[in-house]
Amino acid sequence: MKATTTKETAHTAGPVRAVRTPGGYSFRMNVRAALVVLLLALVAAAAAVVLIGSGDFTMTPGEVLMTLFGHGTFQQEFIVTDLRLPRVLVGLLVGGALGAGGAVFQTISRNPLGSPDVLGFGQGATVGALTVIVLFQGGAAAVSAGAVIGGLVTGVAVYLLAWKRGVHGFRLVLVGIGAAAMLTAATQYLITKANLVDATRAVVWMTGSLDGRDWAQVWPLLIVCAVLLPLVYGHGPALRVMEMGDDAAYALGVRVERTRLLLMGSAVLLVAVATAAAGPITFVSLSAPQLARRLTRSTGPNLVAATFMGAALLLVADWIALDAFGDRQLPVGVVTGVLGGCYLVWLLVTERKAGRI
Amino acid sequence: MQRLTADSVTLGYDQRVIAENLSVEIPDHSFTVIVGPNACGKSTLLRALSRMLKPSRGRVLLDGQSIHGLPAKKVAKTLGLLPQSSIAPEGITVGDLVARGRYPHQGLLRQWSPEDERVVQESMASTGVGELADRYVDELSGGQRQRVWIAMALAQQTPLLLLDEPTTYLDIQHQIDVLDLCAELHETQGRTLVAVLHDLNHAARYATHLIAMREGEVVAEGAPGEIVTAELVERVFGLRCQVIPDPETGTPLVVPAARVRGARGVEKTSSSAGPA
Repeated sequence: MKATTTKETAHTAGPVRAVRTPGGYSFRMNVRAALVVLLLALVAAAAAVVLIGSGDFTMTPGEVLMTLFGHGTFQQEFIVTDLRLPRVLVGLLVGGALGAGGAVFQTISRNPLGSPDVLGFGQGATVGALTVIVLFQGGAAAVSAGAVIGGLVTGVAVYLLAWKRGVHGFRLVLVGIGAAAMLTAATQYLITKANLVDATRAVVWMTGSLDGRDWAQVWPLLIVCAVLLPLVYGHGPALRVMEMGDDAAYALGVRVERTRLLLMGSAVLLVAVATAAAGPITFVSLSAPQLARRLTRSTGPNLVAATFMGAALLLVADWIALDAFGDRQLPVGVVTGVLGGCYLVWLLVTERKAGRI
Repeated sequence: MQRLTADSVTLGYDQRVIAENLSVEIPDHSFTVIVGPNACGKSTLLRALSRMLKPSRGRVLLDGQSIHGLPAKKVAKTLGLLPQSSIAPEGITVGDLVARGRYPHQGLLRQWSPEDERVVQESMASTGVGELADRYVDELSGGQRQRVWIAMALAQQTPLLLLDEPTTYLDIQHQIDVLDLCAELHETQGRTLVAVLHDLNHAARYATHLIAMREGEVVAEGAPGEIVTAELVERVFGLRCQVIPDPETGTPLVVPAARVRGARGVEKTSSSAGPA
């Protein structure tokens, strides 16, 4: 995780750029953004080590690190590599995917509330997963596939419904909120149709949790993130320009509609795959980009910082869910939901003070 | 052949046709201004020239090639546009905004060269916003903000620059300020400027080449001193007027005719209460 950190930092806010502009405005901001990414990576790594060490079989951070580098006992090795590491990796990747997906959607919709879990993509994935659980009694892999398909179908539907000579921010938000409401209704309907066993399974899935995640969930997530995150980062400069409106971006040589379609597609897929792996985890894609932006104090989508913010947030929330309430463990989705509610209230209050709503 | 031309284009949105079979040539190194009444198709023509709008028939040619077939970034190095409405991202500084004009010259491996830095400084200096580099765009006055957007368009370093109603929403002193700036850029940097303007007197004073449009057709084009006559203004705008030399510049100055009491039905009724 650490190795990719430095590489990705160099990608968007390269040290070359910093060196070449002595005293320039770009110099200052990029160093800050890079430091923020580094800090977030450290937080995520620390949370990961603590999480791997906690549970019925407690390990000190030192022991965890020793084991990760291949110097643990047989028992430690088994607990770390087979049981806890995959869970933590799923957490990191899900958080990162949600953070990046959220940053893309908030920039495209030009709205801090325009995140995938408000625009119906999370809900779409939920309906997909629940359809598999309730109507087909499918297994874990089928449920994940259902979630991915549900998310993608919602993405296509929202894009087409919001399209009128190009997709514009406000239309996207309105159509997305409408889609989210309808999909929530569909979710309720599916639960009322289900028998008790399926309904319980559905509700557990819907809470969003990292419990019992293993390598089977890690690989598809890792592959999707490895392909899509660099693709999304590569379009970061174009997305930055698109913040200024379609006309301005077009004038600067961005193929606006094509870039938007590609970025929206990637973000929907990232969110759908993340939801398939951990259930609908609210708040991360909504808040990670905003928090990252406030930390880096830089305009633009802050894609890399949002990714790491998402990963760090999710792991810290998971740590709270596991450890903060003594023996009573909570699913991580509950913690992120509560944090999300607080964040939303705070956002509404500050936006209101600034006179924007 | 001029660098930017529209070759018998048909323009419109969805099914609504705004202009049919329209041909326009933008003289190189001119300050061309397009004027006409509302809904005459002047902004639509500018959108087509800047490749925002694809003609349903005909072609817009840039250096002899169809503009829609050229790579987007390549066009963006030749032809710039100042759109009517752009959004300044929240919390962006003047320097950062102007720097975004360098986008077409950058790539993933070449994100910020000394050349970029130099051009951004020059663009800010020539628009008089160099002092404001670290200020937030949100804090500026309307006139200053428009200068910043023009600086961004200049940083794009295009020999052709299109401006869509650059003076709309500005106070009169800022309107003149922006137009003076445009004239200066045209004279000192030799760029070809094409602007859509509402005010005929501004157009007549600043343009070196004027295109007058009505109902999707070009009614007249040429140097303002040669084409702006009372007859033309009546034909294009339906306005009776006198055209006199501008006391400041000698360019044509349009003075609308005073209301003649009793000349029209409406005025007759409105003035019927007054003395006979």
